[in-house]
Amino acid sequence: MNRDLLRSLVYDMLLARTFEERAAQEYANGRISGFLHLYPGEEAVAVGVLHAAEPADYVVSTYREHVHALARGISARQIMAELFGKKDGVSGGMGGSMHIFDGTRRFMGGYAIVGETFPIALGVGYAIAYRGLPEAVICFFGDGAVNQGTFHESLNMAALWRIPILFVCENNHYQIGTEIHRHSAVADIHKRACGYAIPAEKIDGMDVLAVYEAARRALDAIRNEGGPRFLEFETYRFRGHSMADPGAYRPAAELQAYLHDDPVDSVIRAAETADPTPGKQAPIRAQGSPPSPFRGPAWESLTAPDIESLRAEAAAVVDDAVRFAEASPAPTMEDAWHAFRRNRMPDGPSAP
Amino acid sequence: MAEIAYWEAIRRAHDEEMAHDPLVIAMGEDIGVAGGTYKATSGLYQKYGSERIIDTPISENSYTGIGIGASMAGVRPIIEIMSINFALLALDTLINAAAKIRYMSGGRVSCPIVMRTPGGTAHQLAAQHSARLARMFMSTAGLRVVTPRGPLDAYGMLKSAVRCNDPVIIIEHESMYNMRGEVPDHEVFRPLEGAEVVRTGSDITLVGYNYSVHLCLAAAEKLASMGVSAEVIDLRALKPIDRDTIRRSVEKTHKVVVAEEDEAAVGVGAEIISVINEECFFALDAQPVRVHAADVPVPYARQLEKAAIPNADDVLAAALKVLGRV
Repeated sequence: MNRDLLRSLVYDMLLARTFEERAAQEYANGRISGFLHLYPGEEAVAVGVLHAAEPADYVVSTYREHVHALARGISARQIMAELFGKKDGVSGGMGGSMHIFDGTRRFMGGYAIVGETFPIALGVGYAIAYRGLPEAVICFFGDGAVNQGTFHESLNMAALWRIPILFVCENNHYQIGTEIHRHSAVADIHKRACGYAIPAEKIDGMDVLAVYEAARRALDAIRNEGGPRFLEFETYRFRGHSMADPGAYRPAAELQAYLHDDPVDSVIRAAETADPTPGKQAPIRAQGSPPSPFRGPAWESLTAPDIESLRAEAAAVVDDAVRFAEASPAPTMEDAWHAFRRNRMPDGPSAP
Repeated sequence: MAEIAYWEAIRRAHDEEMAHDPLVIAMGEDIGVAGGTYKATSGLYQKYGSERIIDTPISENSYTGIGIGASMAGVRPIIEIMSINFALLALDTLINAAAKIRYMSGGRVSCPIVMRTPGGTAHQLAAQHSARLARMFMSTAGLRVVTPRGPLDAYGMLKSAVRCNDPVIIIEHESMYNMRGEVPDHEVFRPLEGAEVVRTGSDITLVGYNYSVHLCLAAAEKLASMGVSAEVIDLRALKPIDRDTIRRSVEKTHKVVVAEEDEAAVGVGAEIISVINEECFFALDAQPVRVHAADVPVPYARQLEKAAIPNADDVLAAALKVLGRV
């Protein structure tokens, strides 16, 4: 069981990296247009958190959400086709890279307005709480989003009404090109949650095992004790903000240091050894939470051939996704009108 | 058939829809314990509890967003914004999210919210509490905008809006909550589309919506005493616009005045006259005329407020000008 989970984490990390690098190539090839925000460097956050989530949990994400969608189980085919603007895309080609939605997987969208996701996720959480369901909503956002008014408004209401929401800050230290100390008076973002009495912690976001464990603890706490939780993951994006941004504002040494700490390489190294996180401080476990699945007698490592076969599988899935996206037809204006007008009930029930 | 006030009609629609569907909730500032600024939810907090009649903090953009998120997960929220002026704070979630989510999701996720909010001038509420803004919302693809002129539509359109899968904005009016009108005792749903001819006539068409319908009706009364037969159209919905009803009327009367309480630029009158140009330009016998507010922030001083906002005499004067009687 634990080995399956580890294998799944490693596979999703490899798939995430392969998918995003291929998306960059296809953008260069001219088959993807618009704004394309890629996730290399940050994979551990989406993959770790969403492995800890239950299928019935909801996800609300940002414009950098391909990997969240993949980790949620949306097919690489459907996501790539969406990036290509094709009819078989997960949003029918109407959304594009920044607007992936899949109601059947409770993936309630990628949004391109920074900070807009807080209240929307909170509303989903309100619906969960209102029905008394053992579900939660996971709200992803970057460090740049925390200076929007909606952040503070939403944290207040989340705590006030004890909404089952997990706030997940992907702190990659840059608000597009502005470094965190130049945009935030308090750069320890999780500390801001204290102002609203929301339990919060900061976690190494380059370590998928630590991310997974932290998210699991937080989600357990949400389900068992109720109310919101807040996790800040320190991470880094290896590329610029979008394909239009070379990221030249970052010191070369800083980028090199993070590249050295590549989360995909790290999880592979960890998977190949008996101790999953050598040299790293295990995160402090909340009292009463279940024991880690990565520790104890059930632990088994993956072998180098295991890793190579996962790598090959990820590459094949991405190749197939590109072929699928290429073959899919372009949506028509009729499709657009259909998407826009579907479910309309303009006049309500007729008068008796 | 009972005669009830506009606010009572809204309250009754809330009550019936909340009784009908346990997933209907209402949210807004002071709507619960305090009973609502315009009493539109009075007594419902006691009846349905704090989880269904939600007193929100003063965070318009975020609580509108909460309504949007909740609607995506199956709940049917009625969001009250205390004044349309404050709805400006919610433009992001309303226009960037609610109006676009169905489209962006390829038709897979809907966002069935209702936002109710009073626009319009009342009695010296000054510049920041007298905005009308209907023109801002009616320009956005993906929203429905309706403007009930009296208790029957206030009741029946709210009921239809709650059951509609589109985001619906209901623009009420600061000065109309105590206006009385007949509403049947049995349940009624009023359509969210379609204008209504509220007075038939043959010489000139007066077009209004919400409060300005009453200005048109008063002007029509005066015109009648002068031997002019005016037809009055209540647009009812500003999005979508009912082009057919306008065209049919103008083809009959050949003359038109559009009355709006808002400033003229990029407004309801501009839109209606464009529709007439597109639908039946050659039916016109005279230039259409807009009656509208002065292009200034709404003044506080009583005389200035009165001068800045159109009244029935302004509609009458415009009609006489179109009729060539000036």
